[in-house]
Amino acid sequence: MTMMEGILLTIVTAATPLLFAAIGELVAERAGVLNLGVEGMMAIGAVCGFAATAVTGMPIVGVLVAMIGGMLAAGLFGIVALFFVANQNATGVALTLFGLGLSGLIGDRFVGMPGIPVPRVDIPGLSDLPIVGRLVFGQDPLVYLAVVLAIGTWWFLFRTRGGLVLRAVGDNHGSAHALGFSVIRTRFLAVLFGGLCAGLGGAYLSLVYTPQWTPMMTGGRGWIALALVVFASWLPGRLVIGALLFGGVSILQLHAQAIGIGIPSQFLSMLPYIVTVIALVIISRNRTLLSVNTPACLGRAFVPDS
Amino acid sequence: MRRYLAILAAAAVAAGVATGAEAADKLKACWVYVGPHNDGGYSEGHDRGRLMVEKELGDKVETSFVENVPEGPDAERAIERLARSGCGIIFSTSFGFMDPTVKVAAKFPDVKFEHATGYKTAPNLATYNSRFYEGRYILGQIAAKMSKSGTAGYIVSFPIPEVVMGIDAFMLGAQSINPDFKIKIVWVNSWFDPAKEADAAKALFDQGADIITQHTDSPAPLQVAQERGLHGFGQAHDMISFAPKAQYTAIVDTWGPYYVKRVNAVLDGTWKSEQTWDGLKDGILEMAPYTNLPDDVVAMAKKTQADIESGALHPFKGPVIKQDGTEVVPAGGVVDDKTLLGLNWYVKGIDDKLPQ
Repeated sequence: MTMMEGILLTIVTAATPLLFAAIGELVAERAGVLNLGVEGMMAIGAVCGFAATAVTGMPIVGVLVAMIGGMLAAGLFGIVALFFVANQNATGVALTLFGLGLSGLIGDRFVGMPGIPVPRVDIPGLSDLPIVGRLVFGQDPLVYLAVVLAIGTWWFLFRTRGGLVLRAVGDNHGSAHALGFSVIRTRFLAVLFGGLCAGLGGAYLSLVYTPQWTPMMTGGRGWIALALVVFASWLPGRLVIGALLFGGVSILQLHAQAIGIGIPSQFLSMLPYIVTVIALVIISRNRTLLSVNTPACLGRAFVPDS
Repeated sequence: MRRYLAILAAAAVAAGVATGAEAADKLKACWVYVGPHNDGGYSEGHDRGRLMVEKELGDKVETSFVENVPEGPDAERAIERLARSGCGIIFSTSFGFMDPTVKVAAKFPDVKFEHATGYKTAPNLATYNSRFYEGRYILGQIAAKMSKSGTAGYIVSFPIPEVVMGIDAFMLGAQSINPDFKIKIVWVNSWFDPAKEADAAKALFDQGADIITQHTDSPAPLQVAQERGLHGFGQAHDMISFAPKAQYTAIVDTWGPYYVKRVNAVLDGTWKSEQTWDGLKDGILEMAPYTNLPDDVVAMAKKTQADIESGALHPFKGPVIKQDGTEVVPAGGVVDDKTLLGLNWYVKGIDDKLPQ
């Protein structure tokens, strides 16, 4: 494997957990719900995935349980924020703290246990091709799932009636309600999907990225996923690019250090965030574009007048 | 007079009620961790020490800890809370807790404080540290013997003296075997971020290093080494279960005996502020079993270890030359502890610029 191949492979793996978590959040936000609990849901997904894999010996079970775990956490958020109309920001932050704490508790007996890595899928013949071989045809199955999920989300949001309803609920919940769509149910389902995806992102960390469970292992990636959704201006295609860009900058700064480029490491570590901010500024300059895509009811509670 | 006695008696009863069922002479010993108590690395090492205190001193003490305390201003609140909650001795276990500990210690003169890896003391604040660099010198020697590319990767957290001392010691060990040995250094600016540490390991391997060592706390880099059929060293903890084929050895923190000694000193009233800096010889630092290594390399490592323990070998023995060519100590001398504790320069041969 050449250095270039190595770098590209690592960028894809660095981008994948971000992409998972951000896709889910994108759908929830498109439905008008701002769930700041992504980090907590990822942590729960990570511990559920690891624990289920360790108990059953089957990574596929781990992945499924991680999805369920993320969904349950999101369900809790949904009940509090949607049915009891609690402040979404506060509930989301609480979910993050709760998720980090609970994952530590669940994972207590799994610390120090080496994980069972998810096997790579090699497509015979094709994965031996130079450069693109490993990159396109020799990834772990979850990378392909992330790609499928991103495409599927785009297709659902912009090519199906269900997606239209979801976006309508996010843009104008009053009108959607008047037309007879159930705002709360749509939002609740979107929030559950967000939890499922965040759970997958967490499972990717504890099963593929570093096959182990350790408390706080999400390392702030849930917050980055939240930023990515804004960065992508709520469009799935841009989300993929954003995740690769973010993963790319964070990997390249490590290489820059190993080569010995005389730039302070603190600055290099900051680089992914700087790139995000710059990208946000560039996107925000195009006000019409940003406002067209921003769900108009994002973060606003809906109480049907009875 | 009798009235005063009655008030005193009432106060004593009230105090007795307040402390509940606990015996008055039971000492509360408390710990502050920078990571989770079961991180499988640095903080867990301290927690094993705490458990040893519980086991050895039994009924005489009660222990508690707070974990995941961020370095900086938040630490002050966490430490102060412990001091208010009746801890008789508080161990704050990370370098970044130094100034918060100093501040809280000034407010609670009756509580004993101990800060790990720092250099500031007070009448009720002692410091303790482990001579990790002794172990890292051995790691450097093993790396130079085993590396085919002659290059090791080094994943590091923050440019504090402790960490720089480790890099220098590793390099001095490696140079004692192969004077042209190279290391590539990556700062991840975190003590604990498994995914980022794994990425750093991949980057270092991709750039030609074939042995990895780290001054961060997760076993992720060793897992990457195992996956690639390469090797590395565990940090603070025997990490062999994560990488049975990749780990050569690990430097292992064993704080227990020190903790027992110090808590005992509080119990019998002999505690006083000191600056303790023990190493391999005192058992506060241990080497995990040497595995995946040929016999001659194991023999070399064991001999070096024995020489360090006996005092025949000091990792920072002269001549020690800085990166810029200035000589710190000539042949025959050793770098003194004060210089080591404030170390902020690389030794000659490290082809990298130290972040300032």
